[in-house]
Amino acid sequence: MEVEGRVLGTPLPAPCPGGGAEPPEVLALDDDEDDLEVFSKDASLAEVNSFSPSMPISPSSMINQYKFEDEPELGDLFITVDDPESHITAIETFITYRVVTKTSRGEFDSSEYEVRRRYQDFLWLKSKLEEAHPTLIIPPLPEKFIMKGMVERFSDEFIETRRKALHKFLNRIADHPTLTFNEDFKIFLTAQAWELSSHKKQGPGLLSRMGQTVRAVTSSVRGGVKNRPEMFTEMNHYMETFSQKINVLDKIAHRIYKEEREYFNEMKEYGPIYTLWSASEEDIADSLKGVASCIDKCCKATEKWMAGLSENLLPILHEYVLYSEILMGVLKRRDQIQGELDSKVDALANKKTEKDMCLATWESFLASQTVDLHVEEDSEDRP
Amino acid sequence: LLSSRAVEPQSEGQCAPVDSLWRRYSEFELLRNYLSVTYPHIVVPPLPEKRADFVWHKLSADNMDPDFVERRRIGLENFLLRVASHPVLCQDKIFYSFLTQEGGWKEMVNETGFQIKADSRLKALNATFRVKNPDKRFTELKHYSDELQSVISHLLRVRARVADRLYGVYKVHGNYGRVFSEWSAIEKEMGDGLQSAGHHMDVYAASIDDILEEEEHYADQLKEYLFYAEALRAVCRKHELMQYDLEMAAQDLTSKKQQCEELATGTVRTFSLKGMTSKLFGQETPEQREAKVKVLEEQIQEGEEQLKSKNLEGRDFVKSAWADIERFKEQKNHDLKEALISYAVMQISMCKKGIQVWTNAKECFSKM
Repeated sequence: MEVEGRVLGTPLPAPCPGGGAEPPEVLALDDDEDDLEVFSKDASLAEVNSFSPSMPISPSSMINQYKFEDEPELGDLFITVDDPESHITAIETFITYRVVTKTSRGEFDSSEYEVRRRYQDFLWLKSKLEEAHPTLIIPPLPEKFIMKGMVERFSDEFIETRRKALHKFLNRIADHPTLTFNEDFKIFLTAQAWELSSHKKQGPGLLSRMGQTVRAVTSSVRGGVKNRPEMFTEMNHYMETFSQKINVLDKIAHRIYKEEREYFNEMKEYGPIYTLWSASEEDIADSLKGVASCIDKCCKATEKWMAGLSENLLPILHEYVLYSEILMGVLKRRDQIQGELDSKVDALANKKTEKDMCLATWESFLASQTVDLHVEEDSEDRP
Repeated sequence: LLSSRAVEPQSEGQCAPVDSLWRRYSEFELLRNYLSVTYPHIVVPPLPEKRADFVWHKLSADNMDPDFVERRRIGLENFLLRVASHPVLCQDKIFYSFLTQEGGWKEMVNETGFQIKADSRLKALNATFRVKNPDKRFTELKHYSDELQSVISHLLRVRARVADRLYGVYKVHGNYGRVFSEWSAIEKEMGDGLQSAGHHMDVYAASIDDILEEEEHYADQLKEYLFYAEALRAVCRKHELMQYDLEMAAQDLTSKKQQCEELATGTVRTFSLKGMTSKLFGQETPEQREAKVKVLEEQIQEGEEQLKSKNLEGRDFVKSAWADIERFKEQKNHDLKEALISYAVMQISMCKKGIQVWTNAKECFSKM
């Protein structure tokens, strides 16, 4: 089987050590592409490539591999998310976003769609995609709410950040060669509000979804870790460490932003004092005014820096935090599936043993019967 | 009392019997008090702060903190240099012996009896409120020194807060250094780049300590002028006091003259208690009146002489005070300009260092 790709640009040891019967090409690495440019402004992200559906699914190739590309592969589906509006009902207040889709694809009845969706709908879509394609990496959604962030739940800043993230989310799905053809995705983009809610109700019920979660938990507890091939152990270790580091980086970046903002606030007060002073002076008035204007310029520069930080670095770090969570989830799923496989293999082995034992019992019985017969015959023969 | 020692520089000019000796902060205070009282028309240089003020969080507010003690020592040295370079003050004998005479200096100062000459605070306050015709220039100067004091203390407070915040920003970047280093351990391609970038982050975080220490020097220069404002006000107060004294003396003289006239002519033009009592208890005899008039005439004579000398004193004071004030203004403008220039230079150097660090880090990242 021909599988190529990289995992987040992580160079896993190319010669795959004895991990059983896994084909070594699974980890064919291409070392010259540098994917992880967290600190460069134009880092473009995630194209999720899955292997073709016709491939037999084996535990070893369960691991998702994807490569980052700069250009979207498919250009016939354009989606925008904008125009947040708040809706107030008796029970709750929520925000809807306008989702505009333009497409030239045949399977869409029309070439343009405009619908309104709320965050819950995005969550639903994500879970449907995860269900339908458990082996793929579904792009991250922005979180439900920020616990200790610097932003309130419904502040403009928060809504805008979320809107941008939702926009990215849908576009990544659209650019994904497999996910883009998902039926639920299409419905999400095209259905009117009432159509969508009735469609949602049709899905597998809460119980079955719970069942999946339970299975996942129990199997991880049981430890699909037993027969984990070494490469996945390494990957797990890497992901754990990476996840931890990226989380810390995220925290640091936020903290820096916060400190920078406080610095900016103080600086804003600092400059005008020099101006005030210059009013009492004659000879040095100009010098003082000069200092005031310099401090002012520093303030503006600081503002620019903060904007750059919050528009570029912070969101990217954040995405990778989410990605690392997704990947940990994927690895867990792999372990879970491995666990299931192992238990089935065990069960099979047990059955086989049982069968062998049965067979042995019958054979020995038959053998004993035959012996008896011969003994009888022999005794009969003796006059 | 705080015990802070200053080893003094070589004394000025004349044969220096002693090169260095020890002085406590309280002795500096005594010296300054003596100078303020003895030369009220001079803007006497201020002492550095006794206790740490305008601190930002890293700087200890502890008066025993070595950094604070060192900065105060420099301030005391600066004080002595200022006095020594002042055309009038440097010639003072008490100042000279402060620099040269180890023991018995305190007693010598107290023997001058300068404390008696000192004006009471209450008297001064009273004069400030009641004076009718102070020289306008002094009134303006007083306003200026109030403004100066308020603006500089505000500036120092905010600067301390800015320093605090800047410290925070730099130090948090140090965390990057740690995380990069840990992260580089699990990366193959990016490992080296991360490691070196982390090193640069550490350098960046460490650089703030020196930067802020230099800025303290700037703050100290401003503080000196903050305290100078008080010295300016002292001179203005002295003028107001003298002027008030003069006005009171003139007023007193006028009323005595009037009394004299009334007694002489026998008319009572203004109400006076004496007049009432004399009406109640009977008129005085002509002899008594004559005696009174004579006394008054003597007093008036004295009064006029006193008034003359007070006037002269007042004018002399104004002249010499204003001369020193002009000298002070020039010194102030020069010093503050220098301070602002060196502050700007500091900022430039800080920014350049920052640019260097980030350029290096960027290189590390782009090579990853």
